[in-house]
Amino acid sequence: MSRKEIRITGFGGQGVVLSGHIIGRAYSIDAGNEATMIQSFGPEARGSACSTTLVLSEGEVLYPYLQELDALVAMSGDGYEKYKDDLNDDGILVYEKDLVKPTLKEGQPAYGITSTRIAEEIGRVIVQNIVMLGFFAAVTDLVTKEQWENAIKDSVPAGTEELNLKAFRAGWDYFDEHYDGGKPAGQETASIPAEKAD
Amino acid sequence: MKTDPAGVLTGAHYLDGDFAAGEGAMAAGCRFVAGYPITPSTEVVERIARRFPMMGGTFIQMEDELASMAAVVGASWTGTKSMTVTSGPGFSLMMENIGLAAMMETPCVVVNVQRGGPSTGLPTMTGQADMMQARWGSHGDYELIAMSPKSPQETFDLMIDAFNISEIYRVPVLFMMDECVGHMTEKVIIPPAEEIEIVARKLTDKKPGEYWPYELNGGDIPEFARAGDGYHFHSTGLTHDYRGYPEMSAECQWDCVGHLVNKIHNNVDDIVRFEEEEIEGADVVVLTYGITSRVARLGIEMARDKGIKVGSIRLIVVWPFPEKRIRELAGKIKGFVVPEINLGQMVLEVERCAAGQAPAIGVPHPGGGVHDPNAIVEAIVGAAK
Repeated sequence: MSRKEIRITGFGGQGVVLSGHIIGRAYSIDAGNEATMIQSFGPEARGSACSTTLVLSEGEVLYPYLQELDALVAMSGDGYEKYKDDLNDDGILVYEKDLVKPTLKEGQPAYGITSTRIAEEIGRVIVQNIVMLGFFAAVTDLVTKEQWENAIKDSVPAGTEELNLKAFRAGWDYFDEHYDGGKPAGQETASIPAEKAD
Repeated sequence: MKTDPAGVLTGAHYLDGDFAAGEGAMAAGCRFVAGYPITPSTEVVERIARRFPMMGGTFIQMEDELASMAAVVGASWTGTKSMTVTSGPGFSLMMENIGLAAMMETPCVVVNVQRGGPSTGLPTMTGQADMMQARWGSHGDYELIAMSPKSPQETFDLMIDAFNISEIYRVPVLFMMDECVGHMTEKVIIPPAEEIEIVARKLTDKKPGEYWPYELNGGDIPEFARAGDGYHFHSTGLTHDYRGYPEMSAECQWDCVGHLVNKIHNNVDDIVRFEEEEIEGADVVVLTYGITSRVARLGIEMARDKGIKVGSIRLIVVWPFPEKRIRELAGKIKGFVVPEINLGQMVLEVERCAAGQAPAIGVPHPGGGVHDPNAIVEAIVGAAK
């Protein structure tokens, strides 16, 4: 039974928790697995560091907290600095290219996207998190594109579905355009690597 | 009977434990909630306040927790299934009126999403340190029922049981969540209304003038008459006779308070609920409840890898305590291990029930996080010696 661990981090107000919610929903409800999301409940006002974690498993998630981080999604420099050392050596880093300047371990798979700029071009910077989510979805291939889109439609406020799907597809396409065949330059794999007993 | 479909959000949802508690209450037929919002329980009432108008429910944000609990007692006497929601500091303030609910034999549910204490403690972080308060927090002798879920799904399912059991025994049911389960989001499957069995308030067949509110008629539980239906009876927190009138005597105290205790004691085998795993032939039994049960599962597996025979008991109903089962097991094993997010509460109950036949080793944690599974492994190794 595989177990995969993800942390999403960013500023309060960037939609970190909603991103986690959509990943969890897509993996558990739309794809028929299990996903446990835990959000940080500190004094995270808008603008300060905020984070959410997910444990994904094909069967019951027993221990709901992180043990070995397989993927880190960093939407802010502060968040990246705070959590970068938790990432496994072969863990995937997905980051906001204009806001995060990563110092990569040798051989570490890393994928950057200018998600804030893309969201601005779409016309609403608020969908930056969904652009990032589309990119993350293309990088990791956790569930099908249709399952991702269902999870988004069921999670975002009514009336914003089209805008959010447009943002998701923009992130997804960015991956296709910038990473040849799913591989960043010099990298071997794009799948979340860890296969651990749950 | 089947529940009212208006309160049932049938389908697969991705919900946190607090929202699941709200959905469970609505599915159980709860239509009155009074509360004073407090972290980490606020999302329960947020959910209810948003959805209640669609099913004819009433939510009141009260001035404080004393008033919240008082409003719940009053609402329940109209025959409406009623609940309040709080965390540690509010739970303390509710204690007097929880005692009133017990004394007046008022069905109701009190949710406590536990955080670190004492006092205001750790508002946003977890704890399991109100467990003895749930048993003994109000003054005087009484018995009530407390439950502790391990996940959002179980929170939903168990909330329906909480309302039902509260109706059956006419007692407050304390729903002892913890911040981890409250703020954890997982898949929650809500079944169709026709699959949700609920217990309706059992109303008296007697006519006004023939009815006495605490007459037992040979059963364990008195019959209920709703306020406003013309019965004109008296109910009070004072020691009362079968008519509901105060009577200050040791004899009446025996009848009145003895009944409050006995109606639970006499039915304890029907009320206790726990889940066992690999108990047969175990040298060590780990007893847990709530979020700690999930953390302990990892510790138990690590100890099994070391060749130790470990079984586990997870309490679902925590009060009344499964005394008989613990006593039975104590004669067969080397020791109990009890990890909990407090500095030693339910471990004392295990120790009492084991009565010297096997040691009860606590694995304390002060709150603000969960156990390091290694600490649980260490205790298991110690108990197995």
